Amino acid sequence: MNWVAWKMLTGDRAKYLGTVFGVAFGVLLISQQTSIFVGIIKRTASQVIDVREPDFWVMDPYTQNADDIKPLSESDLYRVRGVSGVEWAVPLYKGQTRAKTETGHFWQSIVIGVDDQSLVGAPAKILQGNLADLRRPDSIIIDDIGYGLLWPGEPKILGREIEMNDRRAIVVGICDVSSPFFTFPVIFTRYSLSMNYVPPQRRQLSFVVGRVTPGADQAEVLKSIDEQTSLRALNNSDFLWMVVGYYLRNTGIPVNFGITILLGFLVGAAIAGQTFYLFTLENLKQFGALKAMGLRNGRLIGMVLLQATVVGIIGYCLGIGMTAAFFEFTADLNPNLRGLYLLPEIAAGTAAVVVLIVLLASMMSLRKVLILEPAVVFRG
Amino acid sequence: MNATLFKAPKTADAREVGVRCRGVVKEFGDGETRIRVLHEIEVDVLTSELTLLVGPSGCGKTTLISIVAGLLDPTEGEVELFGELQSQLRGRRLVDFRAANVGFVFQQYNLLPALTAAENVSVPLLIQGWPRPKALVHAHEVLEQVGLADKFNSLPSQLSGGQQQRVAIARALVHGPRLLVCDEPTAALDAHSGRTVMELLKRVAVEPGRSVIVVTHDSRVLEYGDRTIEMADGRVTRVA
Repeated sequence: MNWVAWKMLTGDRAKYLGTVFGVAFGVLLISQQTSIFVGIIKRTASQVIDVREPDFWVMDPYTQNADDIKPLSESDLYRVRGVSGVEWAVPLYKGQTRAKTETGHFWQSIVIGVDDQSLVGAPAKILQGNLADLRRPDSIIIDDIGYGLLWPGEPKILGREIEMNDRRAIVVGICDVSSPFFTFPVIFTRYSLSMNYVPPQRRQLSFVVGRVTPGADQAEVLKSIDEQTSLRALNNSDFLWMVVGYYLRNTGIPVNFGITILLGFLVGAAIAGQTFYLFTLENLKQFGALKAMGLRNGRLIGMVLLQATVVGIIGYCLGIGMTAAFFEFTADLNPNLRGLYLLPEIAAGTAAVVVLIVLLASMMSLRKVLILEPAVVFRG
Repeated sequence: MNATLFKAPKTADAREVGVRCRGVVKEFGDGETRIRVLHEIEVDVLTSELTLLVGPSGCGKTTLISIVAGLLDPTEGEVELFGELQSQLRGRRLVDFRAANVGFVFQQYNLLPALTAAENVSVPLLIQGWPRPKALVHAHEVLEQVGLADKFNSLPSQLSGGQQQRVAIARALVHGPRLLVCDEPTAALDAHSGRTVMELLKRVAVEPGRSVIVVTHDSRVLEYGDRTIEMADGRVTRVA
């Protein structure tokens, strides 16, 4: 009878495609909006994610996110280095300044000052130039998208100059970085040089980053740093979630995306549920005839579930494919969409939602079929 | 023509009682809205003949055949089908009994629109667990018997009303039921198609051991009945 269920489902192509695409668009809405939400939230911590060498970050205890930073004093670096269990610790600057090109074009930019000696915090993926050139005078490495913002439509060549805080900087490299929350160029330079590119402050040190001695208990070492320096030390993961948590708590992003995702679920469930329910209603007489002919309820349930499963699987594959294609084709078209992609966790979560939608739709339909009196077949 | 295809499993030469209704009452609704649509029906339907159930609309014909076919429970009374008391066949047993022993022909054919003629005819066999290829082979043979050998792969929408009803008759007979229940089989057909359908029923459905009940208010088909049960206001008024 599975074959009969399949033929009943696909017999009317228009209705079949309508039901499948109802699920597919629900999947598209849910997975695409969830992916954009996760991508944007990840952007808030992009500079944390990109710094891979250290395994802990030290900051002012009242720091709430990676952009609103209360600077530390230079001596804090040495105090952290003095804590037992710290293998190494280096300074890291993160701030904003205005970068101006020779034509007068300017753009607010993120400046990352990395340790002069080790270059810890420098970008991992250099597209043009060499990381070692960052040791040259007035040298900076700029991210690929940022280069395009400062010199729109122009070929990407090294040696160009920009001005930051009335100081000259020379582009010695172009790199790839995680997209920042705002579409700003990301400029890497040495820590000592970064002090020249931003307005002077009494304290400049944004973070101390470092690594725990191999074999030492990271939690214990971080606790020691807290106690001995009165600063806050967090491992990479905790810092990342602190930043993400700040944006989740203090912006409208989760609420707005949450509404969209919920709407996606409701629209998907409504379209799929309604079309599937109507499909069953329209076939009620046929189901009645099958019941009259002696088809057991158990096999009828199997038929409806098979139809729902087929609709769910095909709709899910189409929808998730459309989401993947959306990110694949839009990433290169619009820099604002770079770094947004479909995570496997979101694909899996959406699959779970589809199962729920399909089950709900099936239950609505099944109720009608199961309470159906087979004698209905004799009514004209 | 291989008439054995349609034979009911029991092959008795003599006419005997296939369906026995004793004191069958059917009421719908509760309390003040309760209405009695069948009043203590006492009637027998013999095998090996075509029984017409006639009467005006609303007289209870459809309710009676629904009870006889095991689709509705009587409020009171008892129905015996080929020696089996329906009241002792409950739930799954009744469904299985119906699948094996009852064939249906509906006024509106009730063919599955997505299935071809042969596939539609094979459905009762699939319900009984036949493998699909074997069921289709048998369905082809039965379609040949009803004169639709060239329509195996036609969808219902590609067939005329008369052809669809012939497919429905083939579907009702394909598993060799002992009881065939036909609800107004000619009501949606023109005179010529109606005659063809009744001649077909008479020719291929009436078999030793099988009871055939045709509900109708179409006076054109009265000549095809071996016996006629007349109903009015929920009562059997005459058996002739």
